[in-house]
Amino acid sequence: MASLIKLNKGLDINLAGVAEQKLVSTKAAEKVTLVPDDFTGSTPKVVVKAGEAVNAGDVIFTDKLHPEIKFVSPVSGSVEEVVRGDRRKVLGIVIANDGKNTSVKLPTVNPASASADEIKSAMLNAGIWPFIKQRPYNVVANPEVQPRDIFVSAFDSAPLAPDFSFVVKGQEAELQLGISALAKLTSGKVYVGAKAGSNLQLKDAEVYEFAGPHPAGNVGVQINHIKPINKGEVVWTVSAFDVIVIGRILGGKLDFTRTITVAGSEIVAPAYAKVLPGQTLSSILDGKVKHTEYTQRFIAGNVLTGQNAGKDGVVGFFDNTVTVIPDGGDTDEMLGWITPGLNRYSTSCTSLSGLFGLFKSKQWTLDARLKGGPRALIVSGEWEKVFPMDIYPEELYKAVISYNIDKMEALGIYEVAPEDFALCEFVDPSKTPVQQVIADGLVKLRKEME
Amino acid sequence: MSNKLNNFINEKIDPLFQKGGKYEKLWSIYDSFHTFLFVPRETAGRKGVQVHDSVDSKRVIIMVIIALMPALLVGLWNVGYQHDLALGINDGWFMQFLYGLVAFLPKVVVSYVVGLGIEMAVAAYKREEVAEGFLATGLLIPMIVPVNTPLWMIAVATAFSVVFAKEIFGGTGMNVFNPALITRAFLFFAYPKAMSGDAVFVRTGSALCNTPIEGTSVVDGFSGATPLAAVADGSFDAASYSTLDAFLGCIPGSIAETSTLAILLGACLLLLTKVASWRIMLSVFAGGAVMSAIIGAFDASAPTVAQQLCLGGFAFAAVFMATDPVTGCRTNTGKFIYGAFIGVMAIIIRMFNTGYPEGAMMAVLLGNAVAPLIDYYVVDANINKRAKRVKA
Repeated sequence: MASLIKLNKGLDINLAGVAEQKLVSTKAAEKVTLVPDDFTGSTPKVVVKAGEAVNAGDVIFTDKLHPEIKFVSPVSGSVEEVVRGDRRKVLGIVIANDGKNTSVKLPTVNPASASADEIKSAMLNAGIWPFIKQRPYNVVANPEVQPRDIFVSAFDSAPLAPDFSFVVKGQEAELQLGISALAKLTSGKVYVGAKAGSNLQLKDAEVYEFAGPHPAGNVGVQINHIKPINKGEVVWTVSAFDVIVIGRILGGKLDFTRTITVAGSEIVAPAYAKVLPGQTLSSILDGKVKHTEYTQRFIAGNVLTGQNAGKDGVVGFFDNTVTVIPDGGDTDEMLGWITPGLNRYSTSCTSLSGLFGLFKSKQWTLDARLKGGPRALIVSGEWEKVFPMDIYPEELYKAVISYNIDKMEALGIYEVAPEDFALCEFVDPSKTPVQQVIADGLVKLRKEME
Repeated sequence: MSNKLNNFINEKIDPLFQKGGKYEKLWSIYDSFHTFLFVPRETAGRKGVQVHDSVDSKRVIIMVIIALMPALLVGLWNVGYQHDLALGINDGWFMQFLYGLVAFLPKVVVSYVVGLGIEMAVAAYKREEVAEGFLATGLLIPMIVPVNTPLWMIAVATAFSVVFAKEIFGGTGMNVFNPALITRAFLFFAYPKAMSGDAVFVRTGSALCNTPIEGTSVVDGFSGATPLAAVADGSFDAASYSTLDAFLGCIPGSIAETSTLAILLGACLLLLTKVASWRIMLSVFAGGAVMSAIIGAFDASAPTVAQQLCLGGFAFAAVFMATDPVTGCRTNTGKFIYGAFIGVMAIIIRMFNTGYPEGAMMAVLLGNAVAPLIDYYVVDANINKRAKRVKA
């Protein structure tokens, strides 16, 4: 029986457009785009040229500092374009999919008999290493480091996210294989944070169940409650959605397909779909979006941590959701500061929706407006209500903006990732871009320390 | 109608104030009016949270202003009521309210014009949005001064406070001390004669300019002294003093801080909407009550606990001043300590320093000064816990 950890702080944003538990088909991906920016902390060195033919599993780019970390093509076809931005920064590598799915031959790995080094090199060569992130800094894990423990979050509690128990159905063996492989990579343990009541049975791992609202599914929150990170320690984190892919590929089937939700109030029939990382949103969403006069927002990821990718954008390497909501940029709402607020989503009791708890009981259609101007921090105590870690979020934020390294360390910067602050950003009346600040702070701090 | 108005504003007016427009320098001021009319259209960027709670700082500040209304309305009536008492007449509650309103309006106009004028000028210079903080401050200032305070004093004190207590620190959200209380303290120390004594809290002349009204005179035995002045000079008699009057607010005092009942009504709204921290409010009252009880145990002539909490600006400070989130403690544990500190200090200053008949103002300012220190130690406990974890 897994031990249960109950969290009271947090918030489930009750959005309209929850995915029904069934798989729907999508158009085949005509092309996929690998976006180096998905992999925080690595600098890409592209090893292919436009026009070159590639198989699924061929290396597309490597990490400049750690050339052993490889990023591979999920499809076979040809490299269409290497998109570069300012100062020749690689924005994406577009690969045209020939649909044949010829893949490089990878050795199968049996975690029971394989050594840690064999597993490591198999993962690096198959291009599935980048699924592993490390804390501190929330970057792609450094293969040379031995992590204290590996933490796997086995549910996504973000709004409209997929239900893990639905996704894992039929893929239990892959999950187990992935977990067993990971267990070989640490001298510590693999801790799995599962949703309360999910009754996940896994070997080679210690399962904890978490009850409570989002961000209970954030691995950072789980680490903080299971075994917090101290200065000098390194832990690795992987999402169980990605462990399935790891297990599948280690088992010999080179297939990066992931099951995501296509959800949000602008989707006709929200459901689950199998997609490739890098697939364009337009191919996933074809025929699924409502026709409206107002503009819509196409988000790769969930509404808290996703990106406004646009219809031509692509689903990211780690994304579990594609969300479509109204953009709202063409809305004129009068006198927002004084209307009773029965129909405006707010957790704050300054609106009737917050006072009467309607934000919990009713499903909401939210658009992407900030609904206020940016201000200095005024109200106190709001962030803490949605931050279930033994950390003072506001104090840490202030240490980051003043770039006081000692204070950042002392207040727990090594334990957090930007996603942990997403709800703070959501509820903040001063509309502070908290995630961006923390992300920038982590990048700066890593440069300083490494 | 509103659609036509929208289109007119968006197409015709808006471009004038944007970059390259004719009035681009006035963008801040235009924006402050526009955002009052409409929720900003600005949407989330490429990264970061894509949806937001609809609460914003405007809504929070407006709740404070609404919560001030009961205290203000009763206070205005009381200005007229005290005037009538002094002259020995009674022309009904409505005329008394009107009298108060006429006496109050010039003050609030001066406070807003001076304060908002400076804030808008600074915002326009920095090309930032005008923050809403002064909407509450600007109303608080005339509410906490004696009715006979000259307008020019309010203007000078407001300007001082906005510039030196707020803008030089970076504006709303950055200030160390509560700007409304800095205004009050500036008046108190710069013009002590106009801030205390028998002649300042009750207006005996005309409503607008306090010029003597022909054919009237104050009644025999009239004293405009506040009960706290009596406490300070030792003439206060706790046994015979009507606590009910102090609770309801028909005693002399600064314009809107006399009625504890009305202030508590405002407190209800602040607590219901969670704009003010119940931790701070509760602990100020608790701290004040405990300190009053201790003093009462040693000095029988001192005001009773109930009287202490109802007299002067104590309740007003507890509900509206101490709970300012910017200048108070920001950690939950700190809020309890901060509130209790203010409550205790307010009563100590009131009882033991006869130079300051009212201690609440000084106590909150003192609380503002130590709030960061309290937070420092609260956060330090968390830091130590983390440091210990490394060693273990």
